[in-house]
This record gives sequence, structure tokens and C-alpha cells, in this order.
Amino acid sequence: MDIHTSLYEGRLIRLGPIDHEKDPAIESKWTHDAEYLRLLDTAPARPVSPVEMKKKYEAIEKNIEESKNQFYFTIRLRSDDAEQNDRLVGFARLYEIEWNHGVSQIVLGIGDPRDRRKGYGTDAMNLLLRYAFAELNLFRLSTLIPEYNPGALRLFQKAGFIEEVRRRQALNRDGRFWDLIHVGLLRDEWHGA
Amino acid sequence: MNINLYCGDLVRLAAIDPEESAAAVSRFSRDSEYSRLLDSYPCRLFTKEGTKKWIEKDLEKENVIAFAIRTLSDDRLIGDVGLGGFFWNHGDTYVGIGVGEREFWGKGYGSDAMRVVLRYAFTELNLRRVTLNVFEYNPRAIRAYEKLGFQQEGRVRKYLNREGRRWDLVYMGIMKEEWLSPKISHQNL
Amino acid sequence: MLNTNIFHGTLVRLTTEDPETAGKALSGWACDSEYTRLLDKPPALLWSAKKIQSWIENSLEKGFQNGFFFEIRTLQEDRLIGFVNLIWLSWTHGDTWLGIGLGDRAYWGKGYGTDAVRVVLRYAFTELNLRRVTLGVFAYNGRAIRSYEKAGFKVEGRLRQYIARDGQRNDMIVMGVLREEWLPSAV
Repeated sequence: MDIHTSLYEGRLIRLGPIDHEKDPAIESKWTHDAEYLRLLDTAPARPVSPVEMKKKYEAIEKNIEESKNQFYFTIRLRSDDAEQNDRLVGFARLYEIEWNHGVSQIVLGIGDPRDRRKGYGTDAMNLLLRYAFAELNLFRLSTLIPEYNPGALRLFQKAGFIEEVRRRQALNRDGRFWDLIHVGLLRDEWHGA
Repeated sequence: MNINLYCGDLVRLAAIDPEESAAAVSRFSRDSEYSRLLDSYPCRLFTKEGTKKWIEKDLEKENVIAFAIRTLSDDRLIGDVGLGGFFWNHGDTYVGIGVGEREFWGKGYGSDAMRVVLRYAFTELNLRRVTLNVFEYNPRAIRAYEKLGFQQEGRVRKYLNREGRRWDLVYMGIMKEEWLSPKISHQNL
Repeated sequence: MLNTNIFHGTLVRLTTEDPETAGKALSGWACDSEYTRLLDKPPALLWSAKKIQSWIENSLEKGFQNGFFFEIRTLQEDRLIGFVNLIWLSWTHGDTWLGIGLGDRAYWGKGYGTDAVRVVLRYAFTELNLRRVTLGVFAYNGRAIRSYEKAGFKVEGRLRQYIARDGQRNDMIVMGVLREEWLPSAV
């Protein structure tokens, strides 16, 4: 890995910018799947229309510009097939960055269940970690994972994240309680270091 | 529907007056030890005018319920305490407190304010649990929270970078059942 | 581990439409005066699609205040047939008011409304974790009352002579369903 190695091109996917024309309809469709939203987020699941999604993208770019403590990526397919190449499959964020401490939150999601379990998440994770540690020079990354999302736990643990906090019964879904787990990765623990 | 929900034994929770609070917050910000115990943001000096503006904006936020802490004996403004970042659908929220007046440290005023706020959270907002985070280098606060019934739930390792070394962010939580348990509730109001 | 897509029922699914799509649909349905008079207290009125669209856009700007708003599409043909809302939501008391309208007459009396209500109740009790859901229905809307009862609502009271239409005064019936009643039956 050096200056000449692309930060954005992975094996199966690449990190790309938001496509304000094409992406809203696709991501809107993901949000109509409550399972996707509930795996990703603790807020009440609510489907989002394409128009609202477009506004969200605009707000994200505005926030990136003004707060300077967020980075947003779309995850897009790499393919020799022209139809599939650059197809939106997910998103990733580094956010709530506290520069003085060198820390950031990280999140990523693969929107369509048919695109999961294909290695896209792992591929995106590797790119993101390199970006965070070798371009932003951050010291540590954190994320929150609900106990009912073992897939995310596996993805992050494979990348080296360790469980640090367990907020007992912090979540209430489907009539039962679930823990909310903090996992963290220090730069020294990152295998790309 | 008994007692005055806002009153403890030493303090009461009061409305935040932007003018008065701005003056106090600005004055407290000159105490860097206080700022660094309270906040992870780089500590900085606030003007009264600038602070007044963001207090007024803050008061309009829907996802925050904040109070001024005033002493019962002579109505002095000594700090503030608030609930924010509500996970309404999950029945959980964050609590944060700051007693800016040093002469009231270590005398039970902060704990008293926390007791009032916890009672508010559990009996008026009907929440299931309350969460907080506190810096590893603030052992006085950690002890006080434990006495109030908070359990340590883990540490975000080496989150803070200050004075040339790294410090953990300690997470603590209290469930409503724990707050109601005899061991804790006997000290409650 | 979690229930899969809680926006899906057996006949319908909950969606969020673009303001323009929703505005057109709501305006079209309002042309059916029987529909509006079964649904709503304000005098039957014909708002334009543009006007309704602008209301929805304003709500989006302000952020949804104490409510959740959905449109209803059929699972089979993906047809937009109505809307369902949870409004006046009080988090601290765990209560909300339900409002539903199936604007497309072809789908009345076939279980679509009841299915939508069941989906929304599941949402209220297992995603929002509320304690109860309330609704008001006009006494002359027998079909709706039966549908609500099928979905678990119980009559709690009547606001007497609340609605005046066609020379008659009618009660509004208040119905409610509690979490404890609903959860055991559903889970």
C-alpha cells in the first residue's frame, strides 16, 4: 500500500460519490424494507420517498462542507458488465469525527438483501479503514451494533473491532429487549497498519 | 401526583434563563479543569453574547429537556442538567450534568440534582433506562453515579487525547427496576 | 432474529410516496364525497393536487412532528389505494391516534383496510413500543367500525352528536387498543 494505490477501488466494489439523479430511487427502495432500517439504525423505521432521499443527500453534502466532521461514500459495484458497473449497492460514513481526539464513528450498509453475503461489506470495510487510518490519520473508530444483528458483529469483528460497551436492554423491538453493543478499533490494531 | 417533581433536598431544577445562564456558562468556561471534565470538545472561552445565542437556539430543540440547577437555600444558579438524545421508541435517553460553581463540588449538590432528574425521567417521561458517559479521569463523578445506582457497562478505549495521553470514555446505565430497587430507592426522594 | 419486513401485511404494504404522487392521489380520492364524509370532520372540500403536495412538502421541511405518515399500496399490483397515519403521538404517555382512508372504492370491504390497520398496529406496538392506540370513527361508518373491531380495537366511548350532515346529528365513537391486549395475540 502506498500513495499510488487507489483509496477507492476495491476488489468487488469501489467507493464513489453520491449520484443525485440515480441514487435516490434506489436507496428509497431499500428503506421500504423495514428489516434493512432496523438492522442499521435504532430510530423508528420509516420508509423514505425518492424526493426526501434527494433532500437527505443534499443535507449530507451541506453538512460535510460546514461541519467538516463527516465523510460520506456510496458503495458501487465493480463489473465488466456495463449494466452492472457502478451500480449502487450500499453506503458508508465516517461521522461525528472529533479531530482533537482523532476519533470517529463508522457505519456501512448494503441495501438489497440479494447483494449481501457476497463480500461487498468486507471489501468496503477494508477501503474505509485505510481511508480512516492512512488518509485521515485517525486514532480509533467506533460503531454501535444491536445485539439482534449478528451479521454486522461478524463483519466488524473480522475487521478487528472489539466489543467495548454493552448497553443492557437498551433496545426494544418486536416485544423484547436487546443490548446495544459498542465495538471499537484502534489504529494499532488495524491489520493494515 | 404528590410532591414537587422539581425539588430535591439541596437543589431544585429550574427553567434556563438565557441571559443569566449565558453569564454563568461564560464564567464557568474560564475554568479549564471544569470544561475538560465536562466536554470532549476542545475547551474554549465563551463570551456572554455568543453563549446567549446558542442557549436560545438550544431551548428550541425538541430532543432535549434541560434545566438550570439552583440551590434551595439561597436560589443560586450553580450549573445545569439535561436529558437529551432520546431513544423514545426504546425508552432510553442520555443524561448530562455540569456543576460549574466549584464551591459546590463534592458536597452532594450534583448527586441531588441527578436524583431529581432520574425521578423525572422514570416517573414523568416514563422511560425504561437512562445512559451516560463520563471520562476516566473524572473518578469523583464515576463514584457519585455508582452511588446513585448506575452500573458500568464498558469503556470506549482511549477515546480522549489530553495532556499527551489517552483516556477511556466510561459508559454507565441505570434501568428503572434498578432505580426502584430498595438498595437505591431508600436514598431517593 | 427480528421479524423481517414489518411494513408488509398479507394484502398491503406501507410506503412513503413522493409529495407529488401523494398529492395527486389524495386530491383524486377527495372527489368522492362519500369517501371524505366517512373519513373526515371538516366540510367536504376539493383541494388541488398542487395544494396538497405543498402541504406535504412543508411537513417534510419542518420534520414530522409527533406523527408517522404512510401511504398504502397493494402487494399484488403495487397499486396506491390509501393512506394511514399515526398522529398526536405522545412518547411519554405512549399513545397515538390512528387515521386511515382507502380512497380507491374498488378495495372497500375486501380486507385491505383491516390488513393495513393490523400492519400499523404491529408497527405501533413492536417498533414504536407505544402503550395504546386510539381512534375516532363516525357512528354512520359501520364498515369501518367492524374492521377496527376485527383488528383488536374496543369501543371506549361516544362523543354525542359530534357530526352534523344531511340534516342529521351523529356520534363519533372513540375506540382504543392496549398493548397488553394486542401483544399476546400477535406474537
